[in-house]
Amino acid sequence: MKILYFSWIKDGIGKHQEEITLNENIKTISQLIDFLIKIDQKYKEVFSDMSSIRFSKNMNVVNIDEKISNNDEIAFFPPMTGG
Amino acid sequence: MIKVQIENFSLESEISKLLEKNSNVGAISSFIGVVRNKYKDKDLVSMTLEHYPGMTEKMLKKIEDEAISRWNLLDTLIIHRYGELFPGNNIVLVITLSKHRQDSINACHFLIDWLKTKGPFWKYEKTKNSGHWVEALESDNLEERKWES
Repeated sequence: MKILYFSWIKDGIGKHQEEITLNENIKTISQLIDFLIKIDQKYKEVFSDMSSIRFSKNMNVVNIDEKISNNDEIAFFPPMTGG
Repeated sequence: MIKVQIENFSLESEISKLLEKNSNVGAISSFIGVVRNKYKDKDLVSMTLEHYPGMTEKMLKKIEDEAISRWNLLDTLIIHRYGELFPGNNIVLVITLSKHRQDSINACHFLIDWLKTKGPFWKYEKTKNSGHWVEALESDNLEERKWES
């Protein structure tokens, strides 16, 4: 699975993107976050305030309970500030 | 039409191109967003716009399609820049064309309100001694919500 990070989330984690292979226990974005938090303290810090984080699956904004698979592209970003 | 680009744009030349393409135009509305030169009381050095290539085009198209479905428009143009910009530089251009003024004025207003909260861009502002990511404003969410129908 391809994961992208934007804005201060990218700065906090220290990378813009990464590839991971999901194990069968990870079926939703929420479970993916729980998995990432256990990898490194950086993820724990970034994901400590979920109210300021949004998600997309294959370039569509989704909610935290969205089902995911290894073929998906997931992105984490703060609320958008276009215009 | 949607354009996501680093390069600057010219309102005049974009309007000329749109007028060549369309007939019976009775109203043109436009909006340009520009980089301010202050962050609070500090001088702003630059603003860098990060975006999500692919999703940006997809979301901007969705926003444009929504405007086309709500108002009677002859044509629309959204140009959104990304990369490092400086005070006074253009950020975004919205142009709407219609036969009658209400359609172009309202659609233009709607487009920029929706771009604020649904355009996948993130802004990093640099001042002389520091930098910060621009936070989304609750007032922008309120502006967006007023178009709910």
